[in-house]
Amino acid sequence: MTLSVGTSGKAEVEILDTRGAWIPVDGLLLEVDQLQVEFRTRDGVAKAINGVSFELHEGETLAILGESGSGKSVTAQAIMGILDSPPGFVTGGEVRYCGKNILAMSDEDRRRVRGPEISMVFQDALSALNPVFSVGWQIAEMFRKHRAMNKSDSQAQAIRLMQRVQIPGAAQRAKAYPHQFSGGMRQRIMIAMAIALDPAVLIADEPTTALDVTVQAQIMQLLADLQRERKMGLILITHDLGVVADVADRIAVMYAGRVVEQADAFELYAQPGHPYTKGLLDSIPRLDQKGETLSAIGGLPPNLMHIPPGCPFNPRCHYAQDICRVDPPPPLREIARHRLAACHFSELLLVHSPELEVTQTTEEVEAHLERELQYPVTAEGLDYEEEVERGAEPQ
Amino acid sequence: MTDLRGEPADLSSEAIVPLQVDAASGPEQVVSEKALETGARSLGANAWRDVRGRPMFWISLALILLFVVMAIFPQLFTGKDPAYADLSKARQKPSAEAWFGYDSQGYDVYARTVYGARASVSVGILATMFSLIFGSVVGIIAGYRGGWLDSLIGRIAEIFLAIPLLLGGILFLYTFPNEVDTPFAIAVGKVALVIALLAWPTITRIMRSSVLQVKPNDYVQAARALGASPIRVITSHIVPNSLASVIVVSTINLGVFIAIEASLSFLGVGLQPPVISWGNMISDASGIGLIRLAPHMLLFPSLFLSLTVLSFIMLGDVVRDALDPRLR
Amino acid sequence: MRRLLQMIPVIIGATFLIFVMVFALPGDPVQGRCGERPCPPSYVAAFNKEYNLDKPLVVQYLLYMGNVLQGDLGKTFNGNSVAHELAIRFPTTIKLAVMAIIVEIVIGISAGILAGMRRGRFVDSLVTVSTLVVISVPVFVIGSLAQLIFGVKLGWFPVTALKGTFYELIMPAFVLASLSLAYVARLMRTNLVENLRADYVRTARAKGLSQARTVGIHTLRNSLIPVITYIGIDLGALMGGAIITERIFNVNGVGNFLYRSIHQKDGVAVVGTITCLVLIFLLANLVVDILYGVLDPRISND
Repeated sequence: MTLSVGTSGKAEVEILDTRGAWIPVDGLLLEVDQLQVEFRTRDGVAKAINGVSFELHEGETLAILGESGSGKSVTAQAIMGILDSPPGFVTGGEVRYCGKNILAMSDEDRRRVRGPEISMVFQDALSALNPVFSVGWQIAEMFRKHRAMNKSDSQAQAIRLMQRVQIPGAAQRAKAYPHQFSGGMRQRIMIAMAIALDPAVLIADEPTTALDVTVQAQIMQLLADLQRERKMGLILITHDLGVVADVADRIAVMYAGRVVEQADAFELYAQPGHPYTKGLLDSIPRLDQKGETLSAIGGLPPNLMHIPPGCPFNPRCHYAQDICRVDPPPPLREIARHRLAACHFSELLLVHSPELEVTQTTEEVEAHLERELQYPVTAEGLDYEEEVERGAEPQ
Repeated sequence: MTDLRGEPADLSSEAIVPLQVDAASGPEQVVSEKALETGARSLGANAWRDVRGRPMFWISLALILLFVVMAIFPQLFTGKDPAYADLSKARQKPSAEAWFGYDSQGYDVYARTVYGARASVSVGILATMFSLIFGSVVGIIAGYRGGWLDSLIGRIAEIFLAIPLLLGGILFLYTFPNEVDTPFAIAVGKVALVIALLAWPTITRIMRSSVLQVKPNDYVQAARALGASPIRVITSHIVPNSLASVIVVSTINLGVFIAIEASLSFLGVGLQPPVISWGNMISDASGIGLIRLAPHMLLFPSLFLSLTVLSFIMLGDVVRDALDPRLR
Repeated sequence: MRRLLQMIPVIIGATFLIFVMVFALPGDPVQGRCGERPCPPSYVAAFNKEYNLDKPLVVQYLLYMGNVLQGDLGKTFNGNSVAHELAIRFPTTIKLAVMAIIVEIVIGISAGILAGMRRGRFVDSLVTVSTLVVISVPVFVIGSLAQLIFGVKLGWFPVTALKGTFYELIMPAFVLASLSLAYVARLMRTNLVENLRADYVRTARAKGLSQARTVGIHTLRNSLIPVITYIGIDLGALMGGAIITERIFNVNGVGNFLYRSIHQKDGVAVVGTITCLVLIFLLANLVVDILYGVLDPRISND
């Protein structure tokens, strides 16, 4: 049972299929409803997304947090409709933008949504930008193709955008090529390209992972400014807890293709409702822990072709009990106001209940995995997921 | 088959070998080219598994084996004497007595085709070996030493590359022609040498870039710091890294060299009679009038030549696909 | 500009090598010029004088190169100027070469694109296998077989191309192009496949661009660059192939001239022709280098 409910229960809104006339109901921009995605590879079927649901409102920043292989990038790609198909297939669920299920749309229609309404910024701007065309040309392409503008007008718009994202000397640099910019500048160019047509939703897939810390801060600030200016909904995909803390309104934590916790940022950090979240937060080194061993979640995310029975996190969970290994995976349910978690023991976790026992420590987890090899520790499926998430070729 | 580090790999096991995860290290990326250094065993074993499932691999291997055996033991394939000519039978079509018919001078085409394998295959193998040895040594020296030596070698390589293969071959063999009385070994060796002389720059380039790729790595620095001699560093670290590309290129080159030898012989500068070469045979068979009258003279050596070249190139192709992790 | 300077030592080296091969090494440059008998001493002396063979090697070379740069490539047996012989034959060979390049580009690139777009399906396998076969079968075999099948048996095309008309040159052009065509197709396919998996393709799709535009403009531009430069480099192979093709089809071009000069052991003609061809090849390489720098903005020109 998820919190998001389809528009069938709400008043009908007339969706005009003309440019820029998508109207969000009650400020609800995007709803992902029980999304399922599979990857059919030569070695088997990997369930990359297993029923993911969340909502995004106008002006809201939703952070999707997770390790490599959790399915966060795949979710973004599925929403955008740029999943590599084959081998990826959307096998269930809906993605509703302003009430309309965009997964059911034709390719043509989908393309009109991608770019003008929902757009995306990628991680590695150097490989994400076409090396043989000038940056001005690439930004202007949005106007030429979606708004049927002529060359000079679109170029002017591109320069204007470059100025907005604070690229110095924009008029001259529009003719330059991607490799002639620094990493931070390139990322700004990508952002300029993404916001060109004033989209309602911006998905940023690890936008700062490849950048220096100071540049990171600048880019995040830019994103925040743009969001405020244009009332965009921002989905921030990352594995960096530090980045998230500053900017996110709501956080969805993903593991093995599922959302395992969803809550307002502050509440999540204050008191995690899922052992995985707790593990992530505990693993952040703190100054007052000096001298103690760093805690980490033992083991690795599972091979998506062989997800363990029961709760997918159970082999690595410090509180795992029999019910976790045997019963079907706990559904994402409301454990407190505006908070969802997918764990049998969330309520206990929330209040630090003494009833909650630690059943295995990190060392035990690792020893157990090595001994039993329930799933290959270096998951080949994991490799693939990572490959998909980065979208790059394995190096 | 030994894996690329020289340690015997267990290829009979089908199991995915789980790598050890100790607390200090993270999971290794198994499927990557760089893993050639750290996970050479896995890449070699994976490639073998991949390649043995492809029918093209076995077909090309079988063909190669066929022609190599034909080159070494032509007697196994025909009892006839390729040097025996019966003018009265000139240009006769294939029959039960002579499977490929007779040529203009009354030679048995089948016998000559079979014996022709020896020259072509020998040239191919020798040329490949020469270019491999010479090219590798030069390439390794250039990459390892660097500096002015590298530039010099680069320039010289460019000079040789400036002369297109066939033109150069013609030129060299014009200056040092094979005469009628040149013994087989010398004639073959000369042609092979000429081809190698023009082809070494490509091998050098591969080896050199391989050296440059491996040299700055930490483990190489460590080995050198520990006093390992350059020879040892080269053989243990650099050679395995480049083995994959070199194998593929050499295999394909073998096929190409055979084709070039045939081209040179066709033009009359390569192997001369009485040395039997497919190129010669095709040359003899290709006057306009002759083609009309006796196409069998042309067809059969062409077929054998093409199949031989094809098998080597096919093998190289298949192996390259298997070794290229990106094509999975 | 820098490339031009870099090329000079290579030009010198290559031409010197060629020169040395024919004139300096043990081997009689005069051989064969007088028929079966050895040449009379007066002839030999005159020959030596004319070609400066009595001077030191380096001087010989410099004098020779000096002549070459002025367009004098020496004289053939018959006393005709080599340069002149080449000049009257060049147009035919160029016609052949241009036709071959057009065939190579059109068929090679299209086949490569088709195979790359439909990777793993029938078209792809077809292209891969057929290019493999074409690469393996040597040019002279293809030429002879083509002559046999299309010329003699089917009669679609003339068997020889003595006059050098366009129609006569069609079959030779295809034969000449065959090897390069196969390589171009494979290169194009590989590049296209690689570029289709590139990150910027994903970005283009995320921008809402159509598939046609993504492939037709974004990917193609990136894939074509190495192919175009390859075609330039391939000129060398084309030259070698021209010799064979012209011989088979009796085309009155430069290649055939070279072939006959070799057979007649006309050293001067051989050296002159090969020097000329190598110079052209080097020039073409230079042009290709520059072109590559123009097409690919990542390469810095100076």
